[in-house]
This record gives sequence, structure tokens and C-alpha cells, in this order.
Amino acid sequence: MSLKYTNSFTVEGGNFEKAGIASVEIKKILKNMGINGDTLRKIAIAAYESEINIISYAKRGVINVRVTPDFVLLDVEDEGPGIENIGMAIREGFSTASDTIREMGFGAGMGIPNIKNCSDAFELTSEVNKGTHLRVLINISGS
Amino acid sequence: MTLSEVMNTLDAKALVGNDRLNTIEIKTAFAADLLSDVLAFAKAGSLLLTGLTNSQVIRTASILDIAAIVFVRGKSPPNETLKLAEELDIPILSTKYILFETSGRLYSQGITGCIKKVGGE
Repeated sequence: MSLKYTNSFTVEGGNFEKAGIASVEIKKILKNMGINGDTLRKIAIAAYESEINIISYAKRGVINVRVTPDFVLLDVEDEGPGIENIGMAIREGFSTASDTIREMGFGAGMGIPNIKNCSDAFELTSEVNKGTHLRVLINISGS
Repeated sequence: MTLSEVMNTLDAKALVGNDRLNTIEIKTAFAADLLSDVLAFAKAGSLLLTGLTNSQVIRTASILDIAAIVFVRGKSPPNETLKLAEELDIPILSTKYILFETSGRLYSQGITGCIKKVGGE
């Protein structure tokens, strides 16, 4: 099977009611392409955590999905406040979440570390008051 | 343990997925009211025990391939939550037992945690 696919999913900041819609869709598409098991789960978790982050912190963002025979790349860009201290943000338990975010059941400071754990390659850059750029690569060979 | 046995153990009601209670088999469970932790630690095929009843619980379960959800403390979920669970094909049970009691009852019947401790053990 030759896997090849690209698509972009826009995510609106602050819209908690729609949180997860893009990721559930991404998971469904990749599953239909024949990606499954642990690989599919890792991609889905990384996409979902990224989506929750955009909704929780940014004005808007986009999740670009690129599938090749060897890997899936999630390229996530948002416009928003950015991350002041990336070193802290990738630490488990560090969070700047608001009460609204916590009421939804998120904001425990596990998101970025969890994305990192799910990925085979991970890159996070950010500019304060501009936005955040996250690139997550997950290998699909052998799945 | 089948979902139907889980239901008896917890004196629970099935709100979604009544037709699949005997076909879904459970071995592990994860209990939390924090979805961040569920996302970080829950394993595929597990039962999710929670007091949260918003739509995010259902989407989180779908992302993680959670087998079924048990709402504890007698919480009755909003209609949108149940509708979404039906759409995404996730069985929902509801029990009046509190989270601790729910976990203990299932544990004593042989259901184990997704992990024992954090940090890879």
C-alpha cells in the first residue's frame, strides 16, 4: 500500500465545545488508510493534545497532517500568546491553564510531555505574543 | 470480565451500548477526573471510570480506544454527551457508587489498573 496524504484542519481558539472534533476526524481518516494499533493511537493522542492546546491558549491554529509510507507528520501552528518558557512547558506538571480549561478536565501540565512521549521526533518553537509551532513525527514502519 | 458483569458488580445502568454488554471484555481500568491524566496513562481497551460527563470525555475515550465509560457518583450526563457516545460507538454505564468504591469493587473481581505506578513500572 502506498500511503500518501496531506490535509489541514483549522481549530478555533476558545471553542471548547468543539475540542477534539478535528482529532477524531484525523484518526478516522488514518484508520481508513490502514494505519492502526499503537501507531494510530500515538498519532491520535498527539493530534488531540495539540488541538486542546490551541483551543486552550491560542486565537486560532491549524493542524497540518502529512502521511508518507514511512511516517506521519503533524505540523501544528497557532496564532496566540506563545510559550514564554519552553523548557518549563515540556516538563510534566507545569501548567498555565485557566479555570475554564481545568473545569473541562484538562490543564494538568501533561499535554506537551505526552505529545513528546508519543513522538519519534519532536520540535517545539515559539515566539511570545505571536504563536507556537509544533512539529511531531511518528514512524509508521512496521505497524 | 464482560460489560454485563461490570454492570452487575456496580449495580449500574447502561445508558449507551445496551446491545454490546456481553460482547465487550474488560481486563484493565483507569479512574480519574482529569482527562490530561487519562490521555497520559490509560491503555487501549480499558474501562474509564470518571465523574466528568462532558463531551470531551467521549472524544478522549474515542482517541484512546477506551472500551467503555462508567460515570460514577450517580452523575447523569447531558444529552449531547450521550448522543456523541452513540455516534462514536462508546458504551456508557452509570453507577451510584463513588469512584473509590467503584474501583475497589472492580479490582476485587480481578480488573487491574492500566499501570501500577508512573515511571514505567
